[in-house]
Formats: sequence, C-alpha cells, structure tokens
Amino acid sequence: TNISMWWNFGSLLGVCLIAQIATGLFLAMHYCPNTEAAFSSVAHICRDVNYGWILRTMHANGASMFFICIYLHIGRNIYYGSYKLVHTWSIGVLILFATMATAFLGYVLPWGQMSFWGATVITNLLSAVPYIGTILVQWVWGGFAVDNATLTRFFALHFLMPFAIAALAMVHLLFLHQTGSNNPLGLKSDTDKIPFHPYFVTKDIVGFIILFTALSTLSLKEPYLLSDPDNFIPANPLVTPVHIQPELYFMFAYAILRSIPNKLGGVVALVMSIAILFALPAYKSKFTGTQFYPANQLMFWIMTNTVLLLTWIGARPVEDPYIVTGQILTTIYFMYYIITPLTTKHWDQLNK
Amino acid sequence: MINIVSKSGNLAPYLKATTQTVASQIKQLSPAVPASLKIVVPPVQELHTNYSLSNSLPSGRVRVLSGPGVTTQVRFAHTDIQIPDFSAYRRKDVQDGTAVSRRSEDSRKSFTYLVVGGGAVVGAYAAKTLVGEFVSSMSASADVLALAKIEIKLGDIPEGKSVTFKWRGKPLFIRHRTPSEIQTERNVDVQSLRDPQHDADRVQDAEWLVIIGVCTHLGCVPIANAGDFGGYYCPCHGSHYDASGRIRRGPAPLNLEVPNYEFPGDGTLIVG
Repeated sequence: TNISMWWNFGSLLGVCLIAQIATGLFLAMHYCPNTEAAFSSVAHICRDVNYGWILRTMHANGASMFFICIYLHIGRNIYYGSYKLVHTWSIGVLILFATMATAFLGYVLPWGQMSFWGATVITNLLSAVPYIGTILVQWVWGGFAVDNATLTRFFALHFLMPFAIAALAMVHLLFLHQTGSNNPLGLKSDTDKIPFHPYFVTKDIVGFIILFTALSTLSLKEPYLLSDPDNFIPANPLVTPVHIQPELYFMFAYAILRSIPNKLGGVVALVMSIAILFALPAYKSKFTGTQFYPANQLMFWIMTNTVLLLTWIGARPVEDPYIVTGQILTTIYFMYYIITPLTTKHWDQLNK
Repeated sequence: MINIVSKSGNLAPYLKATTQTVASQIKQLSPAVPASLKIVVPPVQELHTNYSLSNSLPSGRVRVLSGPGVTTQVRFAHTDIQIPDFSAYRRKDVQDGTAVSRRSEDSRKSFTYLVVGGGAVVGAYAAKTLVGEFVSSMSASADVLALAKIEIKLGDIPEGKSVTFKWRGKPLFIRHRTPSEIQTERNVDVQSLRDPQHDADRVQDAEWLVIIGVCTHLGCVPIANAGDFGGYYCPCHGSHYDASGRIRRGPAPLNLEVPNYEFPGDGTLIVG
C-alpha cells in the first residue's frame, strides 16, 4: 500500500507506447518514405490531412514524454534499489536501448536538415568499429552515404521496433509479477497487498490524466518548443547546419560522446553510459534502496543533476568553457557507478 | 487434543507455562515457578501499522488438526482486533460511529453516482472525439478535396467532339452533341433498354452530355465515338453505349454514371 507516485511511471510508459503506436500508425497512412516526397508528405500531413496536425505534434511530443517517463522510471529504480529484481531490470535496460533506437530512426523520417545530419553523424559512429567499420556503415546506409535506401529501411525498422518494445514490455511485466513490486521502504510487502482494482486503477488514471494534460498543453500551445528549427529546412547533403544536435532526450549521451577526444573511445563511452545500468544488480547492500543510506542519496542527486547539466552541455557548441565542463561532468557521471557500491559497503560496515 | 504447529504469534497465551485461557487438555510447557522479585516493566506502546498488526497473525506453516479424534476447539475472540482510525477519510454523515448509515445512504450514493456519471459522460465524449479524429484522419485530406471540383470552358469543345478530363482520379467525358444525336437519343424506346432511363433525365442541357467514363461492367475506360450506337465502346468485354451513355449491348449492367454538375452561366461547366 505504500507505493508512491514514483510507481506510476510504469503504467504511464505503457500508455505512452500505445499512444505512439496509435498516432504513428495513422501517420504512416499518409507519410511517404522516399527522399523526393518525405519532407512534403509531412507538410501534407500537417496541412491537408484531417487532424494530421495533432497526430504529428502528439507523436513528436509523445516521444519526449516517453523519455521523460522512462528516465524518471529508471531514477526511481536506482533510488529505491528496484534493480535487485534482476530479470525485470535487465529487460528494462533492453527496452531503453530499443526505445532509443526507435526514437533515433523516427527522427530521420521527416527528412529535414537535422534528420539527415543527425542520421549521418550517428551512423558514422559505426565506422569506429575496428576492421569492419567502413563496410558496416555502408551496409547500414545501403550505399555510400545516407540516402533513399537509408530512409526506406529506417521507416521499416521504425514501424517494427515498437512492437518489439511491446513484446519486451510484456516479458518485463512477466518477470515483475514473479516477484511483485518493490516499495519505498524496500521491505517485504507480502502482508500489505491490496487489490489492483480499484486502488491502483484509480491511481493510474490520475497519472494518465496528468500525462495527457502535459502532452496536450505542449502539443496545443507550444508544439515546436522542443524541436529544432533546422528541421523545417529540407535535407541538403551538401550543406551541414552550424549546430548539429539531437533531440533533448539524447543530449546527455551526446555530451558524453563528445567529451572523449578519441573516436572509438567516444562511441564506447556513449554505449557504456547506458549499458552500465546492467551492472547495478551486482551492487549488494543490507537494505534495499537508499532510504537508510544518506550518503548514497546525496550521490544519487548529484548524479541526477550531472545528467541535467550534461543535457545542457550537449546543446552547447564545442568551445571553451563547455568542452572541459563536459569532460568533468562525464567523469562525475561515471564515478557515481564506481563510488556508490563502495559507499554502501562502508556504510553497512559502520552500522554493524 | 489439538496439535498446533506454528510460530507463536498471539497463540502465546496458550503456550505459556502459568496461564491456561482455554479449558483444554493442553499440557503446560514447563512447571510454574513463582516470581520472587516484582519487576516493573513499562507497558509496550503498540503502534497500529500494517507491519505490527500483521505480527498478530499466525505465520509460518500454520496447521490445526481437528476431527473425530479431537474433543476441543480454540476460537479467536474477534472483539480484540485493533482497527486504525479512518475518520480522516470518512464522509461527514458517517463520522459518528453510532450514526445509522442507512439514513444518509441516499445522499451519499447520489453524490457518488453524480460524480461517476458526470465523469462517464465526459469520458464518453472524449473517447468519441478521439476515435472520430483518428477515423477522420483517414478521410479525404484538404488537397484531395481541393481537386474535387473541375471547371471546364465549354467554348473550347467543338460540336460532335467528346473530350476527356481527369476528375477525382477518374475519366470525365464531356460530349458536345449534334442536333441529330440528340434527336436519335430522344426517340429511343426506353422500355427496350437494360437500364431504362430517358435521355431528358440524363442531361440538364441536351447539347452537353456529362458522364463518367468508367464502364459499369468491370471498370475499363470506354472509347469515344466507337461502337454500334454512335456513342462509346468498351474494348475490354465489348459493351456498347449510345450518345446518352446508356448501355445498349454487351455485359455492362448499368448506364454510364452521370455526376453532379451545373452551368453557372458564363459558358462554363462545373462538375462536382
């Protein structure tokens, strides 16, 4: 009975996924995945298709809401030690990777300047792979650069991935229902169960209403608040925009990527910044969660603020003083995962 | 005899050495020893939380054996169950524990039903709007609707000529009929037609025949000024249409379709 608002984000993510699939399906009825027509088809959707404008803005802003929910969900899991549910947690990290892939593929589809150059930059990361890098990139591109072949396959994959995410989400819930949820105290709650209906049905509905209000306010009042003005310019392979940057939800990873001066090192750091989450279940502690570990709580909030600052850095140009600031913040981010288990161990020993 | 196998819980009284609260044949665990010193222990303040209340429940593998071989039973006194105070959540009418809840039943239920009913109406409207938006997004978009009407300058079509335009994705036949064609079609015996229609019912101005050039058999485009009836001939399966677009011979079941059109009066024709 004591699960708080932080436990609402799971169901909110489910709602986000359904909303994205529904809006995406109806957008796909009008979108054309060909370089000649893609940009115009998106304009056609926004201007000509009945309610196309709201489908498009809901889908674009829905992706941002998806990531807000997923980061808060992960934050809750780290803070309260829910990663001890190893199988659920591992599937969750896979879902995060799949969601990031889906969002990246989707952003390419409008075929604006940022779509094209974002695709170019990120797919070029694969060339950092030793020996097979160049062949790998050209295979992904279906040619010698990002072009029509890339767009068509990105559309196909963007359509497919959400169903893979849905399947993973079902497996995620399957594992969760083996153990039951964690709770803010991190204690066993077997004697404290209450029926899902009506308590959590109503609680979840409150969450949906808040999410829907936020999404609607964004989509109806300031639909392009989070988007890049460069994406209103059709893609031009011969002209690179001055500031290439991904969407807000990828900024922190982008900042980490740019912080490492080495190409392969940057790619490894980018992948590790997410993959390090797989390591968390190995951190053992006497009590589940940070409720009784004030030092860990402090470090958690430092890490959270570091991620927010990295998001800011990702949007800044690669100049002084942002370069060194980004590098320091990257170091702090990774240090969290190294220092946390040591602090926990020390604290447990102090309390013996 | 009842054999009770479990963790102690609140069955402790039954297992104490000196007390027997139930007249039974439970053996004392150990012989009673009188206490020599008076030890004053402050009473334990028990907080009513889920956790502490759950400690009152028997835990572990609780088993109670009973049956023909057993002569006694143990009953829990339900009057000693501690329930937390829920007055902060109760409605005004039932705050008083001695109030008869049936008296305020109607008003309490009415309020609940009103709120739920109102919410259901709003929810239904919202759901209908949402579904309607998705479904109508699949309807004709603005660019398709913009091409839904076509305006034709009739002065450009000479007498005896049939011109084809693309309209709503289909061929539109505009035929400038000669007086002899008009007369021929007016004289046709309507009852002999497969799809009986008088020529006067198919045209607004006898001089201009406006029809959709899609064969009513299986959808091919008939050829103008061909066939045995001075009208159109469909090469796919051999349907013959006359100069009024009516089926005269061949497998087509119906006459060629006449769309909505009007003559605004300045020598133009608007179809659609």
